[in-house]
Amino acid sequence: MSALLEIDRVTMRFGGLCAISDCRLSVSAGVAHGIIGPNGAGKTTLFNLITGIYRPTEGRIRFKGHDITGWRPARIALDGIGRTFQNIRLFKALTVLDNVRIAYDTQLHYHPLEALARVGRYGRGEEESIARGLGLLEHFGLAEFATLRACELPYGLQRRLEIARALAVQPSLLLLDEPAAGMNTAETAALTTFLRDIRAHFQVTMILIEHHMHLVMNLCDKITVLDFGRTLAEGTPAEVRADPRVIEAYLGDGEA
Amino acid sequence: MESVRRFCVRVAECRWILPLLLVIGMGFCVAAESGGLLNSYTRFVLITMGVNIILCASLNLVNGYLGEFSVGHAGFMALGAYAAAMMTTRLFPQMPALFLPAIFFGGLVAAVIGFLLALLSFKTRGDYLALITLAFLMIVKSALENIPWVGGPRGLAGIPTLSSLPITFGAAIVTLWVIRNLVFSKFGRAVVAIREDEIAANSMGVRTREAKILAFSVSSFFGGVAGALLAHQITFINPGSFDILKSTEILVMVYLGGIGSLAGSVLGAVIFTLLSEVLRDFGTWRMVILPLILVLLMLFRPRGIMGLRELPWFLPRRELTSRRKKP
Ligand SMILES: Nc1ncnc2c1ncn2[C@@H]1O[C@H](COP(=O)(O)OP(=O)(O)O)[C@@H](O)[C@H]1O
Ligand SMILES: [Mg+2]
Repeated sequence: MSALLEIDRVTMRFGGLCAISDCRLSVSAGVAHGIIGPNGAGKTTLFNLITGIYRPTEGRIRFKGHDITGWRPARIALDGIGRTFQNIRLFKALTVLDNVRIAYDTQLHYHPLEALARVGRYGRGEEESIARGLGLLEHFGLAEFATLRACELPYGLQRRLEIARALAVQPSLLLLDEPAAGMNTAETAALTTFLRDIRAHFQVTMILIEHHMHLVMNLCDKITVLDFGRTLAEGTPAEVRADPRVIEAYLGDGEA
Repeated sequence: MESVRRFCVRVAECRWILPLLLVIGMGFCVAAESGGLLNSYTRFVLITMGVNIILCASLNLVNGYLGEFSVGHAGFMALGAYAAAMMTTRLFPQMPALFLPAIFFGGLVAAVIGFLLALLSFKTRGDYLALITLAFLMIVKSALENIPWVGGPRGLAGIPTLSSLPITFGAAIVTLWVIRNLVFSKFGRAVVAIREDEIAANSMGVRTREAKILAFSVSSFFGGVAGALLAHQITFINPGSFDILKSTEILVMVYLGGIGSLAGSVLGAVIFTLLSEVLRDFGTWRMVILPLILVLLMLFRPRGIMGLRELPWFLPRRELTSRRKKP
């Protein structure tokens, strides 16, 4: 099976600091891939590299078989990579509906002049983006909050909205940066079910950064352990859990 | 108090009131113009108000909706004023029928320059729009001072008085209508998303540079339109009329009425126009008072009266229905 995403010997330096060094990662289509590692290991940096927010110092990134290294973030998103952020980055003053519409909007084709004069493809396009937005919110149990501002949602629903927004990009690859951050055990369990449902329903490949071992072990088919920007171990949940280096570096703190 | 509030909400949600007001307003403008209902001072203030609404709404696009900080709006006014005045005084004098094309031409010249400036400003991620627009303002001024055939430092005199009440009122309505159409489109939502979080907008596939350039060009266009109207109201313009103080006035209107809001733009322009008539006696003190108001606003009420809120009258019907889904 050819890989959906291939990170090929990528290194990222910030001045003297090497946040990612010589990283190799290959994610096959349909897989849920977990990334774990202590704080500062370079997990978020890896996402920023994949989505084009940073350009790698060295190495190439390939997606669906083509090289996307150095592409602009918007182009990468349109190519089919959606993401969430470790610290929620919703459009806070916008309505819940408009948050997901922003992503659907990029798939509409009307000209600025059609919008300025309210003619041509404008009207149909707007109807379409509203309908699709509401449909997506419905699926996420957020439809009743469609007209609230995103910042008025409780924290858990903000997390959920961010995932919905990432899926509005219609990605084939979904990157989730610590989706369970700040959640208790019950909420995390609910999130696990929720993510499993999303995976089946949207047919999306997932890469998941997470500290909650339960979630990662339950959901992921494969796990990569990062430490100081290097790949410490990689394998199935069972293999990773049994790996002595991982136990020493990370799981040893009694978290598993 | 509660019943007053509820009444206001009820009125705000009656969409038919706005078209009614527009028809009455236009009727009043036409009647006042032909029947001489108003004295020349009141007429002058009302026209100023219309021009200010155009200025405020168009600058709001950049400083409010997009969340950048432009201080160059007076420069776009200057371009529109000079371009339109050249048309009505030099190219086609004695042809008042060509006033509307002249206004459009003024807007177009401003928009083209605005587009080029935006192309330059939004090139990289770090924006220095305040600095670039300040430089632009100074370049426009010294360029106009050094071109003899537009009058040099002495300026252009003898511009025909063509900015009537109906034309100004009509221009203000068209401006608000077009800006509303932009704001409630995919481009407008992209613009606002950039203000809220540019990185997130990027990661959703928003082409941020295009959205910024579009907002800036449309804003410049209407800055030029306002300049054209002003020139044919006061009949005499010189490069000094379009200085940083003029830009500051527009900034005060925007941050007073409310950023990211059309209702706020109208409100800010109306309040400001009346306020500056009251302050007219203060003479040079205006130079101190205005910037002071701006600083105080930015410190204590950075979003203004209607900041990030919109009167339902201005929302497209489609948006309203989606809003009604509220449980
Ligand atoms: N933009 C940046 N500039 C400088 N250093 C950075 C930047 N982004 C991340 N880093 C550094 O890279 C390292 C990895 O950070 P990060 O990827 O956020 O870790 P993790 O998500 O695994 O906790 C940290 O030491 C962090 O300080
Ligand atoms: Mg992180």
